Amino acid sequence: MAQEAQKEKSMILQKEMIDGLFNDLAQVKETGKKVCYTFIPGNLSELIRTFDMLPVYPEINALQSAMRKKSGGYIKEAEKNAHSEDVCTYVKCDVGMMMKGNIGPTGTKIPEPDILLLSYTGCFTFLKWFETLKREYPNAKVIMVHTPYQENAEITPEMTQYMVKQLKEEVIPQMEEVTGIKFDEEKLKGFLRLSKEAEDWITKIFDSTKHKPSPIDAYFAGVYYIGPINIGFRGTQEAVDYYKELYDEIQERIRLGLGPITPEGEMKEEKYRLVVEGPPNWTSFREFWKIFYDMGAVIVASSYTKVGGVYDLGWRHDAERPIESLAEYCMNCYTNMNIPQRISLLSKCITDYDADGYVTNSIKSCNSFSAGQLAMMRDIEDHLEVPVGFIESDLVDPRYFSYSNIKNRLESYFQMLEQRKSLKETV
Amino acid sequence: MDKYYLGIDLGSTTSKAVIINDKDEIVGRGITNTRANYKVAADVARDEAIYDARFNLLARKIGDDVSTKTEFKKYMEDLRSVFQYGQFKRRMDSLEDMLNKTVSNFSYANKDAISTELKKIIETIRPQIRHEFINGNLGSKNQFFRDIVSERYNSEVENLGSEYYEPLMLAFDKSITPVENEMVQYSFNELVQESMKILDEKYQGLADQQEDGSKEDWYYAELNVMKNNYKAVEQTLRQHIDEIASQDIHIAKMTGTGYGRALLPFPEDCIKSEILCHAFGAHAIFPNTRTVLDIGGQDTKAIQVDSHGLVTSFHMNDRCAAGCGRYLGYIADEFGLSLNELGPEANKATKETTICSTCTVFAGAEVKELLHNGEERPNILAGLHKAIVQRAMSLIARSGGVKNEFTFTGGVARNEAVLKYVKQMVTDSYGEVTMNIHTDSIFMGALGGAMFARRNINVDLPVGKKTEMSEE
Repeated sequence: MAQEAQKEKSMILQKEMIDGLFNDLAQVKETGKKVCYTFIPGNLSELIRTFDMLPVYPEINALQSAMRKKSGGYIKEAEKNAHSEDVCTYVKCDVGMMMKGNIGPTGTKIPEPDILLLSYTGCFTFLKWFETLKREYPNAKVIMVHTPYQENAEITPEMTQYMVKQLKEEVIPQMEEVTGIKFDEEKLKGFLRLSKEAEDWITKIFDSTKHKPSPIDAYFAGVYYIGPINIGFRGTQEAVDYYKELYDEIQERIRLGLGPITPEGEMKEEKYRLVVEGPPNWTSFREFWKIFYDMGAVIVASSYTKVGGVYDLGWRHDAERPIESLAEYCMNCYTNMNIPQRISLLSKCITDYDADGYVTNSIKSCNSFSAGQLAMMRDIEDHLEVPVGFIESDLVDPRYFSYSNIKNRLESYFQMLEQRKSLKETV
Repeated sequence: MDKYYLGIDLGSTTSKAVIINDKDEIVGRGITNTRANYKVAADVARDEAIYDARFNLLARKIGDDVSTKTEFKKYMEDLRSVFQYGQFKRRMDSLEDMLNKTVSNFSYANKDAISTELKKIIETIRPQIRHEFINGNLGSKNQFFRDIVSERYNSEVENLGSEYYEPLMLAFDKSITPVENEMVQYSFNELVQESMKILDEKYQGLADQQEDGSKEDWYYAELNVMKNNYKAVEQTLRQHIDEIASQDIHIAKMTGTGYGRALLPFPEDCIKSEILCHAFGAHAIFPNTRTVLDIGGQDTKAIQVDSHGLVTSFHMNDRCAAGCGRYLGYIADEFGLSLNELGPEANKATKETTICSTCTVFAGAEVKELLHNGEERPNILAGLHKAIVQRAMSLIARSGGVKNEFTFTGGVARNEAVLKYVKQMVTDSYGEVTMNIHTDSIFMGALGGAMFARRNINVDLPVGKKTEMSEE
């Protein structure tokens, strides 16, 4: 992963977890474990684990391929097979990887799915993605949950009931059928307890950006921090240990008054504190990050680190209400919140973490994020009077990352922030 | 000693320089075409601005006479034009040398004949251009050295047979670039003295000219005024020229901006984003400005500013240059028109042809198809201009819409058809708002830069720059 320069213990722990998972995946033929492909938003990690299955997250594979400079080739492969230029590039990268033999990021082959589990249907692309995979893997069972959108900014008891019914009547019986394992609620409860523990640590970790200088970057490093819970380790003791270790490291940074770690070492001076909306670009992740830390900009909160769960407002997995809490979790992911909810969440971040500005990284091919992005930006600009910035790039298609364009806009944006700061000081 | 501040806007098509005094008043402006060597482009623009400043100072010395007396006004106009000719002549000498050198290195069998033709062309176009500078109004057309020469050179070459066409075009392409990229030093005083000598001859010639009734009355009225008074004007000017020429235009601070700003030989803290500069410049001229639209060579920016002229948000075109000045340049080439002719031609339209392509290159194909189908040229041009403005409107909408007042800047603001559609579409979408367009819209970025130089940037000029800038 990116931070090769300075390795903290937490980074080593994370690497061990990821390597372990991919090793397990490479050995399913021997171990007989079943494989469940699913997506990060609304993922049912604990349930998958209850049935002793191994998860595969296609988005993670895509972004990992991008960071290893392989996504361009995979995307071309998918386009050769008639996938349009406008389709989400996570999809094309994944499809291309599959066509080229499904060799995963660690170099081992990723096994075929036994289950294609859609537990969040707010992203229409997810449906189409698994339709495509179903054609390639006709033996896989497709399990689809219809997840209601938080249209009225709330999760009503009826919505939860609707989800619980689907989980009990569709998801669990089909998982039992595929794995041949009887559903064990006590086992699930155990995982949920650990999930809650990890979620408490995560909240504290991302809350550490309250400090000045912020000890972490909540976007560029944040996407690493959420790695373990986003690739299926939520509900494990390993995840709890990782987050506890990470939290301790951050406390130490705060004690020493240190800023975030970047690929080039400690960030020297914190000049600007930003909140970022939208996914990062993965193909030029380091160059992208560098533009920010070179200018002394630290990200104190980001929406992308909330796609796998929004914990800021106090919601946690609850072992006392196991199925209900899974149901709520699916409906509580960031992109399932309505636009006013997202605005209020991000506004809270701007206020709580004393951000100087708000930047949107727009990814045209990502419908889940693009919808409403401009309206959100306008609203935040009007109500909080923070300078807003807008840049465009792509998830994993290297053709759509224009370094000079992005640098030009960000340079202008940082100069804009600088002006505002000096104006504030003189007024 | 008076202090002056310099802003340089290195755009993709043109480089602009503005000099202001410590009251934010513009004292000089200069413009040139951007070329491979950015430093030369920036230096030429700066020198032009310094010359302009000297002429303005000279005009101020003469005082009211310039604005009230025809002979002073006309003489100053002519002086500036002939002064430009003086600069042109020096660069032309160097181009002539370079052309001869290039041709002498050719390996064509008819090399000697090519050389003879080249000589003939130069002998034809040099007096042509001289005449246009001295007697016509070439000096006020905002044309750059490259444009002036290539227009006449090309038309001469086109009359020759194919055995000359290719080598002579090649010779020009090979010679113009090094000539443009070398810095030529001029002495203001020398050039002015030379120009006055030329003007003296010109007016003396006029004195011998008889009224034959072939021109409008005002022409003869002006002629008579000049005939009788030019000596007096000359005398007045001579009293001030030495002083003006030796006056130290001391550039205390400067700021570079524009897309090429990172390549300017300025220290990092003397460089500012063009977004901030355009907004600041526009706001300085029109203090109530809240929305700025800037259409430049290769980008379009919609900028929102606060009451201090500071940017609150902005939006720029990404991934595509359709909707920018370059698009117009490309279209002009397609039609064989000059950039200045595009707007007036489009305004002759009876309707706007719908142009679907949002891509510069595709639009070219679409234009050809439309022409083939018998569509009128002005209508197609009107459609293209409208398409550009539609793209700009989408950026404005994304940046937060138009707020009162709205100021349009950048080189494209000089195009009257673009202006027409901007006015129309802004009113359609946002109702009646005050719309500001300034004749100096192209200089707004450089002006903003100069104003930032006066305010924010507290660094000294880089070593070695000081003397060069102050022209002592």
